[in-house]
Amino acid sequence: MSAENELSNWELIKNGVLKENTIFKLALSLCPAIAVTTKLKDGFFMGLAVVFVQVMVNLTVSAMRKFIHPRIRLPIFMLIISGWVTVVNLLMDALVPDVYKNVGLYIQLIVAFASILARAEMFASKNKIVPSMFDGIGMGLGFLVALIFVSMFREALGNGTIFAGTSFAMSIGAKPLLIMVLPAGGFFAVGLLMALFNWLYTRYGTKSHAG
Amino acid sequence: MGSELTKLFELVISSSLVNNFVFTWFLGLCIFFGVSKKMETAIGMSVTFTAVILISSAMSWLVYNYLMIPLGIEFLMIIVFIGIVAGLVQGSDTIMRKVSPGLYHKLGIYLALISTNCIILAVPLMNVGNHYNFIESMAFALGSGLGFSLAMIIMASIREKIELSDVPGPFKGLPMAFIIAGMIALAFTGFSGLITL
Repeated sequence: MSAENELSNWELIKNGVLKENTIFKLALSLCPAIAVTTKLKDGFFMGLAVVFVQVMVNLTVSAMRKFIHPRIRLPIFMLIISGWVTVVNLLMDALVPDVYKNVGLYIQLIVAFASILARAEMFASKNKIVPSMFDGIGMGLGFLVALIFVSMFREALGNGTIFAGTSFAMSIGAKPLLIMVLPAGGFFAVGLLMALFNWLYTRYGTKSHAG
Repeated sequence: MGSELTKLFELVISSSLVNNFVFTWFLGLCIFFGVSKKMETAIGMSVTFTAVILISSAMSWLVYNYLMIPLGIEFLMIIVFIGIVAGLVQGSDTIMRKVSPGLYHKLGIYLALISTNCIILAVPLMNVGNHYNFIESMAFALGSGLGFSLAMIIMASIREKIELSDVPGPFKGLPMAFIIAGMIALAFTGFSGLITL
C-alpha cells in the first residue's frame, strides 16, 4: 500500500466525519439522532450498528458493482441494505438485549436511512472495494460521533450522568434539567448543536454551510 | 361492539396526538423538515402520505399474516415490508401518471419522496409488534397519517412566518426549525396521559 493511497483513505474518513457529517452537515437520518440519544449507551450502540451496516453495504455493493445492471440498481441496493440490517437487528437482540429494548425499532429503520443508500449509490457503486470500505467507515463514524455528541449533551444535562455512571451534577448540587430527556429536549439539543457547528464552520473558514 | 369502537377511536387519538410519530417517536423527520417550508407542499405531502400509509399497512398486514406466518419467514419482515413500500410507491406512481395526469402533476413529486419516510416502514413493523388485528392496524395507520399531517401543517404555518423574521446567523435554516419543533413537541407533551392503552 503506497503512502499516497493511505492518505486518501485517511481523507475519506475525515470527509465522512467532518466535511459531510451525516447529521450536522447533511441533515439526513435525523430520526434516530433524536430518538435514541437520551442515554449515551443507547446512542453509542445505535451508532455502532450504523457503522457496521454502512461498511458492509459499501463492501457488498462495491464487490458486486460489475454485476448489477444500472437500471435495477436501486432495488438491489435496498435488498442488500435490508439484508444487512436484518443481520444487525438479530445480532443486537442477542448480544445487548437491554439496549435493544430501547432502540430496536430504530435499528430496523436503518433500512430507510437516506445516507446509507446515498453512499452506496454515489460512492460504492463507482469505486473499488478498499476505498469503499474506508468511505463506509468515515460516514459511519461521522454518524457515531454526532450521536455521541448529542447523547452526551442530553444525558449530562438531563440526568446529570455520563454513560449511566454516578451523577456529577448532584455532587455540585445542581438539579438535572428534566426537559432535556423529554422528546422536546432532543429537538432543542440537535438544534443548538447544529447552530454551534454552523458557528464554528463560519468562524474557522470552511465554506460550506448546512441547511 | 360499543367497546370495540371505543378502542378503535382511542387508537386513532393515541397514535395521532398522544404518541404523535413526529414529536414522540421522532420518525419521518427528514420529510418533516424537508417539505414543511411552504403550506402548499406541506398539505400535498400530508394527503399523499396518509393515503399511502393506509394502503401499505393494509398490504403488509395481509402479507405478514397470510403469507409470512404460514411459511415461517417472520424474520424477513424488514426486507418484505420495504419491498412492499417501494413496489407500492413505484406502482402508484405509474398508475397515477397514466390515469390522472393532473393529480400526478400535483402530488407525484411527494410520492417519490415518501419511500424515504421512516414512518411508512415503522407503522407495519409496529402493527406486527403490537399484534393488532386488521381493523386495529388500519385505525393505527389512519391515526399516524393524521398525526403526521397535523405536525406538517402546524410546522409549515410557523415556518412561513419565521421566513420574515430576523433569526441570529448560526441559527438560520435548520437549527431554528429544530428549536421550533422542540417547542411544538413541548406542547404535545400536554397530551400525554390523555389515553392509556
